Amino acid sequence: MADTSDLVLDVRNLKTVFFTNSGLFKAVDDLSFNVRRGETLAIVGESGCGKSVTALSLMRLVPDPPGRIVGGSVTLEGTELLSLDEAQMRAVRGNRISMIFQEPMTSLNPVMRIGDQIVEAVRLHRSITAKEAHDIAIEMLRLVRIPEPARRAREYPHQLSGGMRQRAMIAMALACRPALLIADEPTTALDVTIQAQILALILDLQKELGTGLVLITHDLGVVAQTAQRVIVMYAGRKVEEASVEALFASPMHPYTRGLMASIPAVPASGVPAQARLNEIPGTVPSLVGLPRGCAFAPRCKLAIKRCEAEYPPLADWGGGHLAACWRAEDVAEVA
Amino acid sequence: MTEALLEVTDLKKHYPVRAGVLRRQVGTVHAVDGVSFALGTGETLGLVGESGCGKSTVARSVLRLVEPTSGQIRLDGEDITHLSKTALRPHRRSMQIVFQDPFASLNPRMTAGDIVGEPIAVHGLASGKALEARVAQLFEQVGLRPDQMRNFPHQFSGGQRQRICIARALALGPRLIVCDEPVSALDVSIQAQVINLLIDLQRQHGFSYLFIAHDLAVVAHISHRVAVMYLGRIVEIADKDELFRNPRHPYTQALLASVPVANPLAKKLAPLIDGDVPSPVNPPSGCAFHTRCRFAMERCKTERPALLDAGDGHQVACLLNEGTGRGR
Ligand SMILES: Nc1ncnc2c1ncn2[C@@H]1O[C@H](COP(=O)(O)OP(=O)(O)OP(=O)(O)O)[C@@H](O)[C@H]1O
Ligand SMILES: Nc1ncnc2c1ncn2[C@@H]1O[C@H](COP(=O)(O)OP(=O)(O)OP(=O)(O)O)[C@@H](O)[C@H]1O
Ligand code: SF4
Ligand SMILES: [Mg+2]
Ligand SMILES: [Mg+2]
Repeated sequence: MADTSDLVLDVRNLKTVFFTNSGLFKAVDDLSFNVRRGETLAIVGESGCGKSVTALSLMRLVPDPPGRIVGGSVTLEGTELLSLDEAQMRAVRGNRISMIFQEPMTSLNPVMRIGDQIVEAVRLHRSITAKEAHDIAIEMLRLVRIPEPARRAREYPHQLSGGMRQRAMIAMALACRPALLIADEPTTALDVTIQAQILALILDLQKELGTGLVLITHDLGVVAQTAQRVIVMYAGRKVEEASVEALFASPMHPYTRGLMASIPAVPASGVPAQARLNEIPGTVPSLVGLPRGCAFAPRCKLAIKRCEAEYPPLADWGGGHLAACWRAEDVAEVA
Repeated sequence: MTEALLEVTDLKKHYPVRAGVLRRQVGTVHAVDGVSFALGTGETLGLVGESGCGKSTVARSVLRLVEPTSGQIRLDGEDITHLSKTALRPHRRSMQIVFQDPFASLNPRMTAGDIVGEPIAVHGLASGKALEARVAQLFEQVGLRPDQMRNFPHQFSGGQRQRICIARALALGPRLIVCDEPVSALDVSIQAQVINLLIDLQRQHGFSYLFIAHDLAVVAHISHRVAVMYLGRIVEIADKDELFRNPRHPYTQALLASVPVANPLAKKLAPLIDGDVPSPVNPPSGCAFHTRCRFAMERCKTERPALLDAGDGHQVACLLNEGTGRGR
């Protein structure tokens, strides 16, 4: 058993379901993972695979109805979050566990000055004077490299550019020095030069503050450049987990492998103009009425009879490289 | 270039910025500010640059969906910049556009078959059984089943909807297809299917693409040549391989360095430029990039660099090294 003393987050068998008109479905199914102090864990997968619902489940923010966490455990710094009442959870949220979003206006109040919003967030969790909180706010804005922080603190969100708003949201999320930061597609809406700035900033701050980071993205480039460990989700389940090096060097799940082969690379040196990309045939399945067996089977080149009948267990193929595939051992042989 | 299908010369599109009750003009958005390029038959020209740099405005001006402020657009040698609606009509058949959001651009109350067949019917090229057969053929070309013609847009996935849009664009046998972020809304695994389809269709029909995307890897993949825009201007244009291997404009270099590489062993993200893109309302003087450029000289603030030949068919608009940009 690995040393668990620096474990910040431990998620076991998390299950979150939605009750909708078209039926009940498991948006997150039997998901387990953990995050250490200062570690970055990336969660990747295509639209609708359950990344955001995972994040909302950790924050206990799943809209109920139609959603509900129906099983598992989420332990943050030794505290079981799923059994806290709402008042206790409010003391943890934004304090020990924080979240940033793709769209900063989801967490910024449009009619309140940036500085005041940080002050409010800090005073919610700490008994300090307004002056002390104000100093923290300015310090946070400086930390996220907003120029002229004292002046910016007096501005409203709409007066800032997209990149600046993202920085302000990060400042607010980190103001209480949380043990865990969840970033849900934090740079997806940003231009690539601004994305590079924001990612570099998040990683610097994380190092400085020792925060555990769960980074949700669909961009494998972002994963490769930021994470130490990666989990790949497909249709609500974790289908693979590995260190970032192992995942890119030898993906073991056919889905992960297909995903990696289907992204064009830049620069395309040596690649002839307009080579065809590898395709994963078919489409992402609907979560309602998923097949009994492996959810990827209908799109998988390696699928055998068994794949349709039985869900493959998540097995450890060595060195903590987990994959849920009946044919994981054969994946490398098939291009 | 021997046989340019499309030639754009010094294209400008300015929008007035109005304010107050009297709607007085208080400024000008320089959405496109002097863009020139040529696109050959069977060629794909990629257009990249950050949000708001004017890519869509170039695309729409080329198709005359917006009226350019000045400049010239030639299709097959004929100046179409000022053609009237009627005079433009025969040319409309040769130029088609595919947009980013495949849902927004499809009429939800029409069947997929009617959507694809509409332009053919409108131009009176076929009707009845012949029309149906032509639509079925188009469906097959884009990888849809003809029996799906009776379905409505909401019954298709995102990637399939984009196929419908492509089939519709193909319907009139165009020579130029403008693709404005055609795969940006799609999942990675579906994106590859659509890119492959576009490449295959080009090989079969030999048409030209003006291909816009903010994802540099996608553009690098599909294009023969690539133009980089910054604040309404092209700052660099070159063959794909040349541009990605030897970028010469400091902005292109920064842009390429900002792309996260899908290889954990490759060098880590190193942002080469700080700050945001300045506003296209009253953009910076001289070289519009000088406010963020690490190599800016005093003259960059006042002198506007022209797009000059830097050898190997590579053009760059930068004052460094006698107007040939920065080598690396
Ligand atoms: N409030 C809700 N009501 C009903 N279904 C929901 C709700 N929120 C999420 N879902 C469903 O749960 C599934 C998982 O959604 P989730 O938002 O976690 O996907 P995701 O992986 O974050 O995708 P994306 O990359 O598009 O953000 C999807 O099928 C989604 O439609
Ligand atoms: N109808 C309009 N009126 C005023 N300004 C406009 C209009 N259309 C575009 N603009 C402005 O012109 C500039 C260029 O816009 P354009 O849509 O061409 O950019 P883009 O490069 O396509 O950006 P994106 O990557 O976000 O699609 C932007 O600043 C935009 O706000
Ligand atoms: S012209 Fe000057 S400011 Fe513009 S990119 Fe070249 S060096 Fe930088
Ligand atoms: Mg999401
Ligand atoms: Mg655009």
